Amino acid sequence: MCTIHGLKYMIHLPQRRKSSTGVPSEEEPAEQPVLYGYFRSSCSWRVRIAFALKGIEYEQKTINILKDGGQQLTDQFKAVNPMQQVPAVTIDGITLSQSLAIIQYIEETRPEPRLLPADPKQRAHVRIICDIIASGIQPLQNVYVIQKIGEEKVQWAQHFINRGFEALEHILKQTAGKHCVGDEISMADICLVPQVYNAERFKVDMSRFPTIRRLNQTLIEIDAFKATHPSCQPDTPDDLQA
Amino acid sequence: MHAMATQAKPVLYGYFRSSCSWRVRIAFALKGIEYEQKPVNLIKDGGQQLTDQFKAINPMQQVPAVTIDGITLSQSLAIIQYIEETRPEPRLLPADPKQRGQVRIICDIIASGIQPLQNLYVLQKIGAEKVQWAQHFINRGFEALEPILKQTAGKYCVGDEISMADICLVPQVYNAERFKVDMSQFPTIRRLNQTLTEIDAFKVSHPSCQPDTPDDLQA
Repeated sequence: MCTIHGLKYMIHLPQRRKSSTGVPSEEEPAEQPVLYGYFRSSCSWRVRIAFALKGIEYEQKTINILKDGGQQLTDQFKAVNPMQQVPAVTIDGITLSQSLAIIQYIEETRPEPRLLPADPKQRAHVRIICDIIASGIQPLQNVYVIQKIGEEKVQWAQHFINRGFEALEHILKQTAGKHCVGDEISMADICLVPQVYNAERFKVDMSRFPTIRRLNQTLIEIDAFKATHPSCQPDTPDDLQA
Repeated sequence: MHAMATQAKPVLYGYFRSSCSWRVRIAFALKGIEYEQKPVNLIKDGGQQLTDQFKAINPMQQVPAVTIDGITLSQSLAIIQYIEETRPEPRLLPADPKQRGQVRIICDIIASGIQPLQNLYVLQKIGAEKVQWAQHFINRGFEALEPILKQTAGKYCVGDEISMADICLVPQVYNAERFKVDMSQFPTIRRLNQTLTEIDAFKVSHPSCQPDTPDDLQA
């Protein structure tokens, strides 16, 4: 976004075009990464945050997981990600899935600013927090699973979020400084904010988790978390826009 | 203790049949690291992972947890990556970032996409339909893994070197067999598993021969 004469404008970058033969010419810049995601998918939001923190421009291709019975279930998208989930990312000529695998690839190939601490013990703390969220909470409350659970889906989702947050609250009290682990933003913060958003959607009582709340409050004020928020994505429905 | 005392061995809090615990056992074995096991029986006494004692070790009240180098870690992949970063030989992740990406995708499909949906805690909540539920999620994940592995696999899951992907795969296949998943649909997974289960590190760490393996389930 830029501000000219008090009005905000989106800056649209020119699309990279392949030459007519389909082969990129030597002079053309490398293609932007492409993110297949959904505005409200917390896992897609993790990747958006990572790209934003790294200052990497990318193209978004929306996969609406509710519309048309779920656009992630098309054969087209299955060819992109056999697991039929968002996010998936095309980058450097390859396609990756699984948000943490994507983010770690970005981290290893575009190291600045860092998203993992230098010290192995602190890195482990970051990964523990990420994995509690990415294995212990989110997979139990994503759209696919709660559609299978049916009527009791809200209680089910609340249960697993509460369970994970009870553990996280305890852990974060030990590890957190300004951010989840010490004072530098890491993958733990990238995972936390979208999970808190999910918790709020399911009306989890957040008063029990003061450390999580405090950390979330700090993080959502940061540009990379704001600009990537579900309320302001290309596919955000009008009625849910900020 | 005199000044020359060696450091305490790592301690693994696990369960013989926990696939996540098995992953860590394999990693220790591949690295040649000796460790002590403290079994946490997930079924006995209503589940020993639910004691206050164990909650102090892992607030998530799950196995595995590991005490190593003076810290306590949980989450099997976080544990294994810590071991990898501090004891780099032999490597468990390829050098190339794209291949590392492939390894992590395979690990995460298993560790986020399959196992958490069929672990004991969840199946207890599902109740009567737990076998179909477990089969469903294992099938779904294996249906994705099979074409991915067709692309990435050489002798092992990614190329010809053992990696964290193999460490995750074998215990998940064991779970699939326990839930009577029809493995005939997954020839690449079967072939890889067949090769891996012949390797010492995978054999010695197998659920059938752990300190807490019940007599009737021993190899």
